[in-house]
Amino acid sequence: MLGRLTWSAIPFQEPLPLLSGAVVGVVILAILVTVTVKGWWPYLWREWLSSVDHKRIGVMYLVLGLVMLLRGFSDAIMMRTQQAIAVGSAQGYLPPEHYDQIFSAHGTIMIFFVAMPLVIGLMNFAVPLQLGVRDVAFPVLNSVSLWLTATGALLINLSLVIGNFARTGWMAYPPLSGLAFSPDVGVDYYLWSLQISGIGTLLTGINFVTTILKLRAPGMTYFRMPVFCWTALAANLLIVAAFPILTATFMMLLLDRYLDMHFFTNEAGGNQMMYVNLFWAWGHPEVYILILPAFGIFSEVVATFSGKGLFSYRSMVWATLAICVLSFMVWLHHFFTMGAGADVNAFFGIMSSIIAVPTGVKVFNWLFTMFRGRIVFRTPMLFAVGFIVTFVIGGLTGVLLAVPPVDFVLHNSAFLVAHFHNVIIGGVVFGALAGINYWFPKAFGFTLDERFGHASFWCWLIGFYLAFMPLYALGLMGMTRRLEHIPDPSWQPLLLVAEVGAIVILCGILCQVAQLYVSIRTREQRRDLTGDPWNGRTLEWSTPSPPPAYNFAVLPRVETIDAFWQKKRTGRAPVAPAFEAIEMPRNSPAGFITAFFATIMGFSLIWYIWWLAILNFLAAIIVVLIAGWSIKREDEISPAEVAQMERAR
Amino acid sequence: MTVAPTLDRTLTAVSTELAHGRGGGGPAPKRIVVAYGFWIFILSDMVMFSALFAAYAVLSSNHAGGPTGPELFNLRNVFISTMCLLLSSYTCGLGVLSAERREATHFLVFAILTFALGAAFLIIEANEFAGMVAKGAGPWRSAFLSSFFTLVGTHGVHVACGLVALVYLVAQVRAHGLQPAVLRRLLCWSLFWHALDIVWVGVFTLVYLMGGY
Repeated sequence: MLGRLTWSAIPFQEPLPLLSGAVVGVVILAILVTVTVKGWWPYLWREWLSSVDHKRIGVMYLVLGLVMLLRGFSDAIMMRTQQAIAVGSAQGYLPPEHYDQIFSAHGTIMIFFVAMPLVIGLMNFAVPLQLGVRDVAFPVLNSVSLWLTATGALLINLSLVIGNFARTGWMAYPPLSGLAFSPDVGVDYYLWSLQISGIGTLLTGINFVTTILKLRAPGMTYFRMPVFCWTALAANLLIVAAFPILTATFMMLLLDRYLDMHFFTNEAGGNQMMYVNLFWAWGHPEVYILILPAFGIFSEVVATFSGKGLFSYRSMVWATLAICVLSFMVWLHHFFTMGAGADVNAFFGIMSSIIAVPTGVKVFNWLFTMFRGRIVFRTPMLFAVGFIVTFVIGGLTGVLLAVPPVDFVLHNSAFLVAHFHNVIIGGVVFGALAGINYWFPKAFGFTLDERFGHASFWCWLIGFYLAFMPLYALGLMGMTRRLEHIPDPSWQPLLLVAEVGAIVILCGILCQVAQLYVSIRTREQRRDLTGDPWNGRTLEWSTPSPPPAYNFAVLPRVETIDAFWQKKRTGRAPVAPAFEAIEMPRNSPAGFITAFFATIMGFSLIWYIWWLAILNFLAAIIVVLIAGWSIKREDEISPAEVAQMERAR
Repeated sequence: MTVAPTLDRTLTAVSTELAHGRGGGGPAPKRIVVAYGFWIFILSDMVMFSALFAAYAVLSSNHAGGPTGPELFNLRNVFISTMCLLLSSYTCGLGVLSAERREATHFLVFAILTFALGAAFLIIEANEFAGMVAKGAGPWRSAFLSSFFTLVGTHGVHVACGLVALVYLVAQVRAHGLQPAVLRRLLCWSLFWHALDIVWVGVFTLVYLMGGY
């Protein structure tokens, strides 16, 4: 009846996950009770859960990403603490099978449920506004994407209290992740949560490629698009081209595990290295799916806060597209040690080094944009400058690792761990934090507190260097990654420094929480009434803050890049706008309900509860069929109503 | 009647947009947006199939002492099923053309023909699979068979989904009539159906012709 789900799935003998699970459960319960008591459900349902407005969906993605950041970070600080104390004869406080789950969950959550939602959330919020249009191409699909991502996040967190998570690392290489060596539910949690959220991500990719290529304000030619839209286009093209590979790869691993097939097994002709190849054929483009939008955010931020146009817009665009193409030609550098031979390794080593060239072009463009600019060091700009310095270091260690003989020494060492945290924290996380500080006033109509913003920046920056520079040294000293116990006591001092770094980063996160709290409390004094708090350049700043549901009462006409800047400079008197009827997509519960059934389906598949899985699969399909039946999904706002709403502000 | 009304309107919309050059013509019409988005979806589906093709290419000689392609494949049956699928693409095209001309009866006839040919393809494939399993050559026998069943089976699942979608769309045509929103969905469906043909041409060549002797 319940497959392999029994009471033994609840880890009663392990207090740590049970306790944290209980805390999370209490928090969720408290939120639900508050919402119910205050009678917020109708509002929540109407304005958020069933909303198909790209701005709302963007904000919900960001909330998901930030909440998951807390989860991923608590994994991180647990690992740091274990490594700092489990030295020599000391065994630390985490048993190996628990520690292995933590590093697997940390990687999986940080990549799929922190970095991806943050980046996709910012794209959702900003891209249609920057393009001067009213929504994405497929608004209902957008909501489906969001909720399927949330499904994945929910499943992965369920593994904390029901059953366990994978002990394979976040790449889940077979044969370790095969049925023979991981017979319990851990890897199944990993696979199903990523399969389901992966569908959401793929739909996002399709949606945004179509939006950017087919829906732009009149006059916005390709070379008048803001750079963030270009980078979003490149990232979404990569999603469309790379995520199906991951889906296919995980499908094969699932078939191995569920139907006893032999894609990656030791016996009957399976080939484990094929998994590694396929995984990284997705995995390397994924790196650029994350970093390219961050590059776009920095381009907007650096130009805005330098009071100048971006230096060499065209070379920035070409560099973005070059990275987009090259990202598919370097995947083998993740496993030079596979032994593909000198020729293959040399090719991929050279290709990997070449990617540094367009990236270097970008760095110089940012520097030249700042050169002789009137730089204003608001929080987003601080993150941008911190990023440029940090990312260059991360890039250089990346070029070092791209040299195959060096990689043979440093493969899977703490040096590698330091390298990818260097580019992901220094690049993606700083980018997302810059973007959140930059666009927050647009989304909510008031600015974020600068003092806490600055404090959080300095904590993140200093904490990052303290936490990861020691790992470079430790890697060179011979420390491999994923050690649950440290055999060499001479490594301990540096590990203690890294622990301090993690605590400093924690202070940075606390500063952000304080920043949000203080800003909301004092929002009346920090209202942004102009809609343009930073003296911005692109079209999103031409709307009021927060923008109306339809973004633009009249679609803007674009004549140059930095269209809003141009408009402000020429100072053309606003003509009395001729309002036209606006077609707005109706709210749709389809995304939320589909994801609800998908969650139960995923859970039942993990626990072999076949009847429930089939039932929920059919239910999800029926929801999709019902949603696809209607002919009219838009409501029209008449010109008179638009005029009235515009006058009202 | 030479050109269907919707087709006509779309073509004008495209040409004005092109006249602006470099995509400065403002948001594209809905039909373009929907079909374009669906094209991108099909491309992503092709990428997924390419991963499965790659897996088959890597594993196709790993028989693990089990049966090989020439021992298992019946090229005559595969040829018949291939013809069914290719012909169904033709009837699908005719169906969409008659839908564009608002000829509901013709559309229905072609839709039924398409469904029958697609179903015939699936039945032949299911027979082939059942026969192989009965011979002890199921997907769990060897890596070769795992990749064979997965590649061919994934295509089969796509065809089955296509058939379900066809029934669903015929119901929509009956309920809503051949109006623009329904025509857009039919257009997307036909793109999907043709794409499955293209994948099958790859399967037929790589799996059956190159591995059948």
